[in-house]
Amino acid sequence: MANFALFLGPALVLLALFFVFPVIVDIAIAFTDMGQTLQVKEFTTKNFERMLGGDRRLSMALGLTFIYVLGTLAIFNVTFGLVLALTTTAIPDRVGSFFRAVWLLPRMSPSVVYALLWAWVVDPTERGLLNQFINGAFGFEVYDMMNDHPMMLIILANGFIGASMGMIIFTSAIRSIPEHLFFAARADGAGGLHIVWHVILPAIRWPLSFITVYQTLSLLVSFEYIWLITNGGPFFDTTVYALYVYQRAFEHGQYAYGAALALVLVVIGIAAALLMWRFMDMKRLLQQPRIEVQ
Amino acid sequence: MARIELDNITKAWGDVVAVEPTDLTIDDGEFVAILGPSGCGKSTTLFMLAGIYAPTGGEMKFDGHVVNEVEAKDRNVGIVFQSYALYPHMTVRENILFPLKFKDIPAGRAPEMVEETARLVQVEEFLERRPSQLSGGQQQRVALARALVKSPQLLLLDEPLSNLDATLRLSMRTEIRALQRRTGVTTILVTHDQIEATTMADRIICMSRGRVEQIGAPEDLYRRPNSLFVASFIGAPPINTLSGNATGNAVSLGDSVLALLGEARGVVTVGLRPEHLQFADQGLPGRIDGIEPMGREILYLVKTPLGDLRVLEAGSVPRRSAEQEVRLHFAPEDTLVFDGASEDRLPDVHAALAEETKKRA
Ligand SMILES: Nc1ncnc2c1ncn2[C@@H]1O[C@H](COP(=O)(O)OP(=O)(O)OP(=O)(O)O)[C@@H](O)[C@H]1O
Ligand SMILES: [Mg+2]
Repeated sequence: MANFALFLGPALVLLALFFVFPVIVDIAIAFTDMGQTLQVKEFTTKNFERMLGGDRRLSMALGLTFIYVLGTLAIFNVTFGLVLALTTTAIPDRVGSFFRAVWLLPRMSPSVVYALLWAWVVDPTERGLLNQFINGAFGFEVYDMMNDHPMMLIILANGFIGASMGMIIFTSAIRSIPEHLFFAARADGAGGLHIVWHVILPAIRWPLSFITVYQTLSLLVSFEYIWLITNGGPFFDTTVYALYVYQRAFEHGQYAYGAALALVLVVIGIAAALLMWRFMDMKRLLQQPRIEVQ
Repeated sequence: MARIELDNITKAWGDVVAVEPTDLTIDDGEFVAILGPSGCGKSTTLFMLAGIYAPTGGEMKFDGHVVNEVEAKDRNVGIVFQSYALYPHMTVRENILFPLKFKDIPAGRAPEMVEETARLVQVEEFLERRPSQLSGGQQQRVALARALVKSPQLLLLDEPLSNLDATLRLSMRTEIRALQRRTGVTTILVTHDQIEATTMADRIICMSRGRVEQIGAPEDLYRRPNSLFVASFIGAPPINTLSGNATGNAVSLGDSVLALLGEARGVVTVGLRPEHLQFADQGLPGRIDGIEPMGREILYLVKTPLGDLRVLEAGSVPRRSAEQEVRLHFAPEDTLVFDGASEDRLPDVHAALAEETKKRA
């Protein structure tokens, strides 16, 4: 019993302090009418009624979040991350490491710098990087991505950063596959794509599932780059759920309503994680430990 | 089935030369062993034949066709790796089936072929298991089945028996040899175990530091080794080697002298195999210094004026005791004499006991 406290104690304290406690506070505030003045006059369920009753921006935010998370995940964080890992491990090692380092650069630069870079890339005048090609080199009309395809912009901006995490994890997973398995597959008559399908993918199933679940959750709650690049606009076209919560609570001072919205986000996150857990058979992927612990 | 020719084949990684220019011909249906110490380039040679490594220079021919540029997947070569390299997420059945996926097999034939091959190597009871649920010997047989199922024109075995226990190794040796006879597939076995090589192969290729030292039947390598290296590598316990100065028809070794049949001058090395030395009433005097029972034979360490010699005698119980004074005899035609500098064997030179040594009672 003493050991139990000793080993799990620190983790439990941290968990309580940074996860359980904030959730409890959030639940508490969600059932009040706390506003800009931070005063609580009554305990009420009207925040939830408002959510169900017809917050038109809420349903829009939910839809946008779905597109944003799914798009970023499917195109970049998993697929493109995997493509990067596959290609940079297939080419000579030095070149591969160089390309991976390049893809890591945005992750290492401050978010504001990264956001400014995108602002310059999609600048709707002929000075923007993209338009130097579209307009300058090929003579097409100036393209304004921020206004015409804002969702594409935030998916691109997040994806270019997000892909590097998958890339790193997948690369190390591919590296840990015994070399002889590749030799055997080649001698057995398998070509490049067959090797990817029959040797590499089965070997990296667990990192693939991990990245999918982990990135889904982090995309659900993060809005840093969206806030910096489009600030949810134009109009509300890129206001994803997490950004909406932030705006309600901190820009409009509707703390109680924001807390209620955040609570729902926690529930959505848990539901998504559990669903994927079931779907991807994570229990089987997390192998049983080989030693017994009393 | 294929006849394999290597013409000046070489492989280097930067400055490291793993295989020096090598010429080699292996006949259709032959079973050869590549024998050599660790790091001598055995696996590298095998991987070049499989198309996994591209040779740095030279030409490689299967049945007269140059295959240097042919990719591994198009060579129809079966290979068993030292680590077996079974696909861990596939069952035994899926593992054996895998090579057939990339071949034109009449519809419905593939599952039958898998079962036939599984029967051949006796793993048909394990078809639904995964490699991690098999013992080393069973995994090895699955790897063999995977290599054989597509009827390869060349079968490559990279130290396939090194992970097995002694009994299993013995039975697998016989099984693999029988299997090869039945299928008639040209086979190359890589090993550093000389008994494995001599018992299984028609011919042995003895390699050392990236170079082929000698190619020949096991008997040739044992009786007529080209070099001191081959003589030392073949035979267990290893050959006794004594170095000394030769003056025409005698060589001084330690505190004594041996007569030479044939002529040699300068530094030479005389090789005496432990199994060719016999205890006798007359001959080289010595004193027993150590006794190592080896099962059906006893290995004696004997101190003689020529130097220390290992002597092998049949029997499971030592008939001699330590410190006992003995006499040793050997037949001159069993001795091997090597040039001291080049370490090449001097083919017409043999050593014999000098007359005065013989006469001493
Ligand atoms: N990928 C590589 N890069 C550089 N050097 C290598 C590489 N593979 C092998 N070598 C070198 O080439 C030489 C021959 O290696 P190889 O694997 O053919 O030896 P081997 O005879 O199979 O030895 P073992 O019995 O230990 O398996 C060794 O000196 C090794 O260090
Ligand atoms: Mg090897």
